[in-house]
Amino acid sequence: MSDATETSGPMLAADGRPLKASLNRALRRQKLRALMLIAPLLIFILVAFIAPIADMLFRSVENGIVEETLPRTVEAMDEWDADAEPVPGEEVYFALFRDMFVASEKKIHTRLGSRLNYETTGISSIFRQSGREVEDIAEIYEDQFDDLNENWTEEIFWAELMGDPDWFAEASATEDGPGPDFVLKEGMEDRLPLTTEAYLAFAEFTQTEDEDNPASENVWPLVHAMLYHDLTGDAAIDGYTGFGSEELQAAKEAVAEFEAVNYKQAFLDIDEDWGSADVMQTIKVYSPTYTPGYFLTAVDLQLNPEGVEAQPDDQAIYLKLFWRTVWMSLTITVATILLGYPVAFLLANLPMRVSSLLMILVLLPFWTSLLVRTSAWKVLLQQQGVINDVLVWSGLINEAGRLVMINNQLGTIIAMTHILLPFMILPLYSVMATIPPSFVRAAKSLGATNVTAFRRVYFPQSVPGIGAGSILVFILAIGYYITPALVGGTTGIFISNRIAYHISSSLNWGLAAALGTILLAAVLILYWAYDRIVGIDNVKLG
Amino acid sequence: MTDATVNDTGDELILDKGEPPMWGFTVPVVAVFGGFFGFLAGNTNDAGLMGFILGLIYGGALGFILNSFVPNRTAGRWVVIGLTAVLGFVLGKWGGAAAGAIVGAVMSWVAYWIGRGHYRDGVPIYATAGQTLWHNTYLFICGFIFFFLIAPILTIIPLSFNAENFFTFTPEMLSLSPEGYSLKHYQDFFTNSDWQSAMWNSLKIAPMATILAVGFGTLAAIGLSQPHVPFRRAIMAILISPMIVPLIISAAGMYFFYSRVNLQGTYLGVVLAHAALGIPFVIITVTATLVGFDRSLTRASANLGADPVTTFLRIQMPLILPGVISGGLFAFITSFDEVVVVLFVGSAQQKTLPWQMFIGLREQISPTILAVATILVVISIALLTTVELLRRRSERMRGLAPS
Repeated sequence: MSDATETSGPMLAADGRPLKASLNRALRRQKLRALMLIAPLLIFILVAFIAPIADMLFRSVENGIVEETLPRTVEAMDEWDADAEPVPGEEVYFALFRDMFVASEKKIHTRLGSRLNYETTGISSIFRQSGREVEDIAEIYEDQFDDLNENWTEEIFWAELMGDPDWFAEASATEDGPGPDFVLKEGMEDRLPLTTEAYLAFAEFTQTEDEDNPASENVWPLVHAMLYHDLTGDAAIDGYTGFGSEELQAAKEAVAEFEAVNYKQAFLDIDEDWGSADVMQTIKVYSPTYTPGYFLTAVDLQLNPEGVEAQPDDQAIYLKLFWRTVWMSLTITVATILLGYPVAFLLANLPMRVSSLLMILVLLPFWTSLLVRTSAWKVLLQQQGVINDVLVWSGLINEAGRLVMINNQLGTIIAMTHILLPFMILPLYSVMATIPPSFVRAAKSLGATNVTAFRRVYFPQSVPGIGAGSILVFILAIGYYITPALVGGTTGIFISNRIAYHISSSLNWGLAAALGTILLAAVLILYWAYDRIVGIDNVKLG
Repeated sequence: MTDATVNDTGDELILDKGEPPMWGFTVPVVAVFGGFFGFLAGNTNDAGLMGFILGLIYGGALGFILNSFVPNRTAGRWVVIGLTAVLGFVLGKWGGAAAGAIVGAVMSWVAYWIGRGHYRDGVPIYATAGQTLWHNTYLFICGFIFFFLIAPILTIIPLSFNAENFFTFTPEMLSLSPEGYSLKHYQDFFTNSDWQSAMWNSLKIAPMATILAVGFGTLAAIGLSQPHVPFRRAIMAILISPMIVPLIISAAGMYFFYSRVNLQGTYLGVVLAHAALGIPFVIITVTATLVGFDRSLTRASANLGADPVTTFLRIQMPLILPGVISGGLFAFITSFDEVVVVLFVGSAQQKTLPWQMFIGLREQISPTILAVATILVVISIALLTTVELLRRRSERMRGLAPS
C-alpha cells in the first residue's frame, strides 16, 4: 500500500502524505461514518424517550406554581420573619390581595389551592372561596370612585387615561375582537405605579385570554383599588396635564375621605384560616421555585414551617409500599430461580432435538401477550375459577372452603412468577449450555458423590446465569403495573400502581414524578450492576 | 405422592438391571397410580374411598396383565384406552369417556414404563434405587413446571368457546355436549364496535411504530457494529434504556412531556412512544446478526468492483435480513402488546386492543376477552414460528450449523 521503503523520512502513503496522518484520517472518517449512522436513532431516542424522563425528573422538584400565581406575595413574604411573628403583617395581605385578584380573574387560584392542599389539608377550599370574594373587597373602592365621578367606571375613559394616544385612537375605532396590542402612555408608570401594573394586567388578560378590546370592557375593580393607593401614596401627578388630569387631581383631593380597607382583616372575614399560621407558613415554605417537598412526601416525611418531620402514621404509606414492592419482587425472583433452575438444567442437558421442542413451552408464554397471561390467571385463580373448581371437584376442599387466591399478594406473586419465569430460564439456559459436561464427570471419577459434584463443580459455574436472570427478573418485577393492578387487589399492588394513581386520579404529578424518580434510581443501579455482570450487549432474546 | 410410594417399595428391590419383580414392584406401583385416578373419579360421584379401592384393583390388574400377557405394547395400550373410555362413559357420558381415554393412556403407559424398567432409562446402569427415584422425581418436577408454564395459556382456549358468560368450565362443557360450546364470544369480538375499533387502532399503530423502529434501529445497529465507534458503551446504554426503564416511569415521563408539546392524546404521540419502546429489540437482534458477520465478504465485494451501496444491498442486507425481520417482529409485538404507555399517552381515539382488554378485565368483565386472548395466542404462535425459522435460516446462511 505504501512505498515507504523508498523514502528515509516518515512513511508515506500512496498519495504522498505521511502514513500515520493518512491512517488517522481514515480512522476519523470511519468513526464519523459510524456516528452518522447512529445519529438519527440517537436523536430520536433523546427526544422521544430521554427528554420525557428528564422532564419527569425535573417535575419531581419543580414548584414554580406558587411564585407564578402569587409573585408579589412571595416577594412580600421574604421580609416576613415567621419565627418572630407567626402570622405576617398587612403588607403581605396587601400583596396577597393583588395576586389573588389577578389569579381569580385568570381562574388559576384553584390550581394553586389544590397544589398547596397536598401539603396542608384545607387550603384548597380557602382558595376556592376567596377567589370570589376578593372582588368584593376591590369593589369598595370602585363604588367610591364611581360616586365621585362616573367617568371612573367608564372603560373608554380609562383606556384614554392609560393608553398611548395612537393606540387609543386605533382601539376605540375597533368594533370587534381584541384590537391592537395595548401600548402604555408614556410616563404613566412613574405617575401611578400600582395602577399601571394593575391596568397592564387587565389589558393583557382582556386581549389574550378573553380576546376583547380593553377600551370596551369593564375595568377590573382592582385598578380602582390601586388608584386609591397611588393617590394616597406618592402619586406624581402634579406635573401631568394630559387627558384626565383634572379628574385625577379631583380624586387625589377626595381620596383622603375614602373608606379604606384593612386587607388582613378583609381576608380574615372571608375565612378565618387566612389568619392561621399554618396556612400562611405553608405558602412561605413552598414559595421557592424548587422544592424537596415531593421527595420528602415520597419517603413519608413532610416539610413543615418548623422543618422536616415524619408524616403522621395514618398517612405514612410510601415506605411501606416501597418495602412491599421490594420484598414481593424478591419473592418472585426467588420463586423463578426455584422453578427455573431445574428446567434450565434439564433443557441444557437433554439432546438438542428434545430440548428445542421443550423450549417451545418456555418461549410460547414469553411471546404471549402479557394481558393474555394475566387474564388467564384471573380466570384460573378466581373463587369461582378453574383451580377452585378442580379442587372442589376432586374433593380436596369443600364448597365453603374455596381458596382466596386473587386480589391479594398471593395472586400477584403467582401470576408474576409465571409471567417472569421465561426471563429466568433463558439466561440460565444460555449459561448452562456452555458448561462442559466433562467437568462433572471428572469430579465424579475423582470420587465426588452426585451431590458434591453438583455443589462444588456444576453449581458455581451456573451462578452467573442465576445472577443475570435474577437481576433481569427483579428489574422487571419492581416496575410492574398491569398485573398487580388486575390481580393484586389492594394488598398486592406495587409502587407503580400508586404512581399511576397520582398521575390519573389525584393529579399530584409532582409526587408521582418523585416516586418515579426513586424507582428509576433503584432500577438504574441494578441496570448498572447487570451491565457489569452480564454486559448489556450480551442480552439474548429467544 | 405417588413417587414417595415408589420409594417405600422400590428401595431394596431394584438392584439388578432388566425388568423389576412383578409382585414386589410392578403391580403395587401401578396399583397406586390406579388408586390415584380411581380416587379422583370416585370423588366426582361422592365415593372417593370406593373409587380409590377400585382404582387400586384396576391398576394392579393392568400392571400384571399387560406385562405378563400382552407383549405388543401398541395393542395393549389401545385396548386399555378403549376399556377405560367405556368405563368413563358409564360413569359420566361423553365427558367421562374423554377423561377415561386420557386416564387409560396414562395408565397403560405407566404400566409398561414400570413393568419393563423404562424408568431407569435416564440413569446410568450402576445408579442406586435412590438415584433412580430422585431422577424420576426430578423429571416429574420439571414436567410440573412445564405444565405451570403452559397450562394457563391452554386453559383459556377451550374456555373461549363457552356458551355461557362464565369464566369456568360448565357441566355441559365437561360432558362435551355441543350445547356447552359456541362461537358467540368470537362473534361479539367481530361485531362489537368497541373491540373492532380497538383492533383497528392496534393495527394502525403497531406497523407504523415498527417501521420507525426498524428503520432507525437497523441503521444504528450497522453503525454500532463498525470497528471504531467512539462512546460505544454509553450510546448502547442510552439506546437500550427504553427496555430497562420500568414502563410506568416511561409512561409517566412521556405523559408529562408529550402534554407539554401537544403530542399527548394523538396518534403520532403513541406511535413515537411505541417506536422508542421497540428500538432496543431491533438493536439487540440486528447487532447479534452483525456480530457473526464476516467482514471479508464486503472486502471481497469491493475487490470485485462493487460500490458501497451495492455491497450493502447485495451482500450485507441479505445476510442481516433475518435479524432485521425478527427485530421488527419483536418491535411489532412490543407495540401490539403494550398497554401502560398507551394508557397514558393515548386518548380514547387511540384505544388499542390491550387497552380494551385491560378495561374489560378491570370493569365489565366479559368472556369476549378470552376469545381475543385466544386469537392473540394464535398470533404469537405464528410469530414465534416465524422468528425461529428466521433464526435457523440466518445461521444456515452464515455457515453455522443450525441449533
